[in-house]
Amino acid sequence: MNQALERADFDLIASWVQPGERVLDLGCGDGSLLKRLIAERGAKGYGVELEGAAVLAAIGNGINVIQGNLEQGLAGFDDQTFNHVVLSRTLQTVRHTERILTEMLRVGREAVVSFPNFAYWKNRMAVMAGRMPVSEDLPYEWFDTPNLRFFTLLDFEALCAKMSLVIRERQVLDEAGRLVLEEPNFLGSLAVYRLAR
Amino acid sequence: MAGIGIVAAQCAHFTQPLKLKGGGLLPAFDLVYETYGTLNAAKSNAILVCHALSGHHHVAGRTADEFGKPTANIGWWDNIVGPGRPLDTERFFIVGVNNLGGCHGSTGPASINPATAKPWGADFPVVTVEDWVDSQARLADHLGIDAWAAVMGGSLGGMQALQWTLSYPQRVNHALVIAVAPKLSAENIAFNDVARQAILTDPDFHGGHFYEHGVRPLRGLRLARMLGHITYLSDDQMAEKFGRRLRVGAGSYGFDVEFEIESYLRYQGDKFAGVFDANTYLRMTKALDYFDPALDFDDDLAAALARARAGFLVVAFTTDWRFSPERSREIVHAMVHNGQDVAYAEIDSAHGHDSFLMDEPHYHAVVANYLKRIKP
Repeated sequence: MNQALERADFDLIASWVQPGERVLDLGCGDGSLLKRLIAERGAKGYGVELEGAAVLAAIGNGINVIQGNLEQGLAGFDDQTFNHVVLSRTLQTVRHTERILTEMLRVGREAVVSFPNFAYWKNRMAVMAGRMPVSEDLPYEWFDTPNLRFFTLLDFEALCAKMSLVIRERQVLDEAGRLVLEEPNFLGSLAVYRLAR
Repeated sequence: MAGIGIVAAQCAHFTQPLKLKGGGLLPAFDLVYETYGTLNAAKSNAILVCHALSGHHHVAGRTADEFGKPTANIGWWDNIVGPGRPLDTERFFIVGVNNLGGCHGSTGPASINPATAKPWGADFPVVTVEDWVDSQARLADHLGIDAWAAVMGGSLGGMQALQWTLSYPQRVNHALVIAVAPKLSAENIAFNDVARQAILTDPDFHGGHFYEHGVRPLRGLRLARMLGHITYLSDDQMAEKFGRRLRVGAGSYGFDVEFEIESYLRYQGDKFAGVFDANTYLRMTKALDYFDPALDFDDDLAAALARARAGFLVVAFTTDWRFSPERSREIVHAMVHNGQDVAYAEIDSAHGHDSFLMDEPHYHAVVANYLKRIKP
């Protein structure tokens, strides 16, 4: 993920968090987003992270990080504890897609989900040329990628409809982190959604 | 990295009676303790290290012999305490204390009961985690420490760290709660009771008054330790370390030591029985069994922990089946429910419950990184 796009993703998420709200960041990495939400928005934040090295870094960043595996759901987290449950650029790595979305809206009032759009025009070009896309934002070869799910804005919205999830807001970003207003499923590299029940 | 070198124990005498949870008063008592590093002027850099079942005040460094030379007696958690180590003695003032009822210098069953001028023995009260914390608070007063920068411990020591945040919420800024359960399971209590039965049924126990008979219930204490030791290790680790290896040649179809694991456990049992007090062992296991902060809150752990003001680091180990990661997560989720500050690390380690004592780089880095939040 390039830095401009990461910053734009975090900017959007931060703009949706009101002062003092409770945020759960799933796959929080070293806690960069939470650190920002705490500093800028006065949020009360917790993160969940699987990788030991990231947990170590998050602890060093002063984050309330909880080591755990999202594939096992959010057992132990009580219903409707958080204002926002964030899954930033991680959904494509989760096997149990429906379960994690259900769990996010069980423990939180709102789910914030961002993911790379596999129908982005450059990805389409790569496939048209006969190869799976590899780019700065999708830096993995097909044989070593942590991504398990390859989907587009349209695919995701179809799933939301199937699961009766309400899309409160959708923002789409291009590679430079600029908002995409037209042809989002073609011109958008990263999609950021706010979902509710 | 070099450790902290030679250390010496100190003793604090307390004349105000201590009211015990199980009823009754301890009229006066001694606490033996060690300190490492320097208490700063603001007295804001003190960390209390609480010990587990068989531990004591000698946490780090080496004791000296009569000529002032370091002995082989190295502290039980020396690998984590010292200059440049996670509990950095250049930054922190570390306090280790032997708990009441112990057998390493603090008042305990082998101490003289002032009422009878004989050893307390069986008459020494059963002390609880809450009682220990109350006695440690007296030590904090004695040292002029209003609030600990952190209280830390593994296993039964971690329970004390947790209890500190509940008994004295204003006096603890951080709690490092390692390899802990919020209360024992029936299985945990069962193991403890078998260990106690081994001691109680030893003919040399004499109802706890063995001191007067000039004997010690070594067989019972040895069995108790062997059983306990099994529960501190992991199956994988035992398989790797000992497997089914025989000490000599083929099996003899008898009951002498044959398998390496038998030899190891007997050695551990003998070593422990030689230095530990049976009455102390009984009381330490009872303190474990009774620990249950949620008991007075309708088993609602979140309600029980709500009064804690400290930030928490909770650490569990993947192969710990005595206090498994699931049990630590109960504490974590109760604190998240309450909106309290908590970080949780689950460490991959092969060493079972004993992992908390191991010099494992990632685990130590987690502790060191957490302690960066303390700005004395």
